[in-house]
Amino acid sequence: MSKIAEGLLYSESHEWVKVDGLIATIGISDFAQKSMGSIVYVDMPEEDDEVVKDEEFGAVESVKAASDLYAPVSGTVVEKNEALDSEPGLLNQDAYGAWIIRVKMSDLSETESLMDAVAYKEFLDKQA
Amino acid sequence: MKYYDRLIFELSKKGRTGFSLPESSWAYNADSIPDGLRRGTPAELPQVSEPDAVRHYVNLSNMNFGVDTGFYPLGSCTMKYNPKINEEMASYPGFSELHPLQPDDTVQGALQIYGELSDWLCSLTGMSAFTLNPFAGAHGELTGLMIMRSYHISRGDLKRTKIIVPDSAHGTNPASAAVCGLQVVQVKSTPQGIIDTEDLKPLLDDTVAGIMMTNPNTLGLFETEIHEIEDSVHAAGGLLYYDGANMNALLGKVRPGDMGFDIMHLNLHKTFSTPHGGGGPGSGPVGTAEYLKHLLPSPVVRKSEITGKYEIVDQPQGAGRISGFMGNFGVLMKAYTYILSIGKENVRKIGPYSVLAANYVKESLKDLYKLPVPGLCKHEFVFDGLVKANAGDQDREVTTLDVAKRLLDLGFHAPTIYFPLLFHQSIMIEPCETESKETLDAFIEAMRTIAAEAESEPELLRSAPHNTPVRRPDETCAATHPKLKF
Repeated sequence: MSKIAEGLLYSESHEWVKVDGLIATIGISDFAQKSMGSIVYVDMPEEDDEVVKDEEFGAVESVKAASDLYAPVSGTVVEKNEALDSEPGLLNQDAYGAWIIRVKMSDLSETESLMDAVAYKEFLDKQA
Repeated sequence: MKYYDRLIFELSKKGRTGFSLPESSWAYNADSIPDGLRRGTPAELPQVSEPDAVRHYVNLSNMNFGVDTGFYPLGSCTMKYNPKINEEMASYPGFSELHPLQPDDTVQGALQIYGELSDWLCSLTGMSAFTLNPFAGAHGELTGLMIMRSYHISRGDLKRTKIIVPDSAHGTNPASAAVCGLQVVQVKSTPQGIIDTEDLKPLLDDTVAGIMMTNPNTLGLFETEIHEIEDSVHAAGGLLYYDGANMNALLGKVRPGDMGFDIMHLNLHKTFSTPHGGGGPGSGPVGTAEYLKHLLPSPVVRKSEITGKYEIVDQPQGAGRISGFMGNFGVLMKAYTYILSIGKENVRKIGPYSVLAANYVKESLKDLYKLPVPGLCKHEFVFDGLVKANAGDQDREVTTLDVAKRLLDLGFHAPTIYFPLLFHQSIMIEPCETESKETLDAFIEAMRTIAAEAESEPELLRSAPHNTPVRRPDETCAATHPKLKF
């Protein structure tokens, strides 16, 4: 069974968001990393790049496939997790510890359309 | 199977050769070679005897698995048997020793074969003209899209820069479109696995260059709404591109031209029995409807109405030049031979027999493997893993990868796995019309054995393969730390 961390928000494309004031930390869920298999490369945007909700902001490549990452919120990238450049497998080891980017949100209300842990669990159960 | 992994350089012994020549009595002066053209260091060529060289390559070839070794149900690849007569015809010195810059007069036979093969491909697909120059399927896609762009640009319609690609498409489609400078827009599939026409319609505006379709699609399903799709795309001013990857299902029965496609490519290494990869390069001829044929890339082969001779000519309005000469001619020879040896009557049986083989395997296994889209398939189909995969039990769970690896132990090449991405445990099987019922039965038996083992002895699958020269390679390490040279 995939782990679902409490206190995070989730998108239907399996990204998680941790909101702290205006800053959103974004990663992929344990379900996503499990479905992908061993991750070998993470394509991330650069600092100061703009990301737009529901639009592609990067990609994760595993031994099975390459999958686009979709921004769960809009805003400006303030930091990317450079550790993933040399160790992309961190996403497999701890999906909720290994974040991908931090974004300064431009519209806080966008988080309202995301799911909480309970809703995300229901969403996953429905898919199975 | 004997494990063998030596490089020919490791066998090299200084001064060892496989020949003996008399000492040269011709005078030559190596000093006359300009310094700038001399090697800085001597070439490191392997020095081996003839038996060493022969044994080396035979041992390496024994490590391989190909259609000459056994059943190869690699979905989406049409791994049909490659008849030996193809090789024999292609290796006749009259063809194999031609030089691409020979005068047209001296290569009339080769040009006739090029011309006739183009004509036959037109008959089989309903297109008006074919170029045989592209070197592979994706190269054909790029050529076809260049024709599509040239068409819009030649009409002064410069805003058509979007191309619609279904979510079930082969990865080459969006890749070719991106290389061609087009922006890819995805159209969704219905739960039944075909293009969702309701999702398609809002995408069609005056910025759409066209749509790329594979029919039957990646799930082996015929796109039954093709007429509606054709009407709406054409009404919006877009063109229809047919990816010929799955043409084997329709060969001799249905023609893309009759379905309304404007441009298409064929994979001679799939549908027309020429080898894949190492057995000889690919070939991706591109065909167009009558109104687009002036846009085919240069050079083209034409039969002169005055002299009756074939000639190689430039195509001034064409979509540029996409190959140095006339494509992979040896491959064209093999496809030509295949069509000629199959004959007009039998070519009509290829599609139906490939469909029959796929449905036979699917129906014989669907009680043990999940079939996400039930019903009749075309030449291939997709399972979504085992019905009983011990899911949730960390020590006993069996994945599609484990099933595929175990198949190697049982003497079969694995199907395509984890593609299409529409399902998490995809197993994509394409048996081809060249296989006997006995071969299909043996494969079905192996798949049933594996399903039983998954319940009784899952570790056997999880640690497979057990009797291949290489066990499970570390794919993560291979992708992150590849060693690319000796």
